[in-house]
Amino acid sequence: MGLSSRHLLGLDGMPKSDIEMILDAAVSFKEILGRPIKKVPTLQGKTIVNLFFENSTRTRISFELAERRLSADVVNFSASGSSVSKGETLKDTARNIEAMKIDMVVIRHNAAGTPHFLTRVVQAAVLNAGDGCHEHPTQALLDMYTLKEKFGTLEGLRVCIVGDISHSRVARSNIYGLKTMGAKVSVCGPATLIPKEIEKLGVTVYHRIDDVLPNVDALNVLRIQMERQSGGLFPSLREYHRFFGVTKERLDRVDHPITIMHPGPINRDVELSADVADGPHSVILDQVLNGVAVRMSVLYLLGAAN
Amino acid sequence: MNPSRTILDAPDFIRTVSRLSHEIVERNRGAASLGIVGIRTRGDYLARRIADAIFQMENVAVPIGTLDITLYRDDLRGKLSQPRLNTTNILYDIAGKDIVLVDDVLFTGRTVRAALNALMDIGRPASIQLAVLVDRGHRELPIKADFVGKNVPTSLDEEIKVRMKEADGEDAVLLQPIQQQSEG
Repeated sequence: MGLSSRHLLGLDGMPKSDIEMILDAAVSFKEILGRPIKKVPTLQGKTIVNLFFENSTRTRISFELAERRLSADVVNFSASGSSVSKGETLKDTARNIEAMKIDMVVIRHNAAGTPHFLTRVVQAAVLNAGDGCHEHPTQALLDMYTLKEKFGTLEGLRVCIVGDISHSRVARSNIYGLKTMGAKVSVCGPATLIPKEIEKLGVTVYHRIDDVLPNVDALNVLRIQMERQSGGLFPSLREYHRFFGVTKERLDRVDHPITIMHPGPINRDVELSADVADGPHSVILDQVLNGVAVRMSVLYLLGAAN
Repeated sequence: MNPSRTILDAPDFIRTVSRLSHEIVERNRGAASLGIVGIRTRGDYLARRIADAIFQMENVAVPIGTLDITLYRDDLRGKLSQPRLNTTNILYDIAGKDIVLVDDVLFTGRTVRAALNALMDIGRPASIQLAVLVDRGHRELPIKADFVGKNVPTSLDEEIKVRMKEADGEDAVLLQPIQQQSEG
């Protein structure tokens, strides 16, 4: 038993058995998070470095919490105020960290493929915490865990990812993972934000949110990422909200409840209206708690074996 | 090497569990303060049997729970394949209770050590007692059971197989040469 890889780089090509193992073990970790003492000694003596070259609040905190709950020693590194701002290359940064006998590296970087590069220069296990517009595997795993918890199975579940698919690593990882688990995946957004030939990944493409709603069990609503919009892909936030915003009026027109997910942080009343975000079918805060459990699961499966 | 030898057959097995249950009630002067926790997976079945027996005797439904000690093991490091992770499921408050920890075989004592740590993280019981079906010796830690079904002298190239109706279709304890690596 154990995962088929000693790194977690992405969900593209990850076998179904690995995903199942991570989601199953996460159930045990969620139980631990409900205890008065939310800590187990499993990774005692292991050292994990969180290498964040890109801003992140919740992913970094979630990883750090997961690491500490497993009793690992944690070192945090963020690009600002580090030697990176003095011009050090990633390879040298990594080598230096390696020299300090680190067991695992959690890395976020704005360039796709950085974690893969890292596996070639360090011995430690590498976890991708988001690389550019490529993958964000732990986010997709926690989304899948949340759906599985809610619906019991992912097989045949109809999930639509709404928003800027082109720039979204969350969308990509979710598509790979959900397809592997047998879900029916669709995407919805303005044509300018949907990558060409995305149908080849086996997803259905919608350009009107009202066409999607009758045909799905859950929506994963993505954040409009201002920092990745070089301009011109859609006219204005107001217009985006008018055509693609998930609102209570839209959801009320469908006769079945639709579960609402969002990877956060939310732009309220842009991609998601406030009453839906706080509504009864929103599982957004469950996602946050599940994120810690799922990350503990991945760290356990990779860390205890290495 | 000796072929497999039966240590307890089905009737013996039932008598032994019954005696253990009586001893537990006797030592604790009743069952009111008790809570039972079984270590997955055979200890879990055994815990249920003991709770049933106590209910027959005392008409007290002793709360039972299940402990998974995987995350507390000291042999995870350097182990390539991990034991399957299960969920700990103790739905009552163990604080202030006299907890009887139940396992099938007491061997090195490492499982019990892990279980003690796991229990302490869940709450603060008034006391913890240890009940095992078989004590096979070869302790590596200073741990001793309060209630022992049967003491069985063994050598390290032998293993104890506990078979229970719930999982294996019959109740029996066997002593046999080691066939493959199994969890102690």
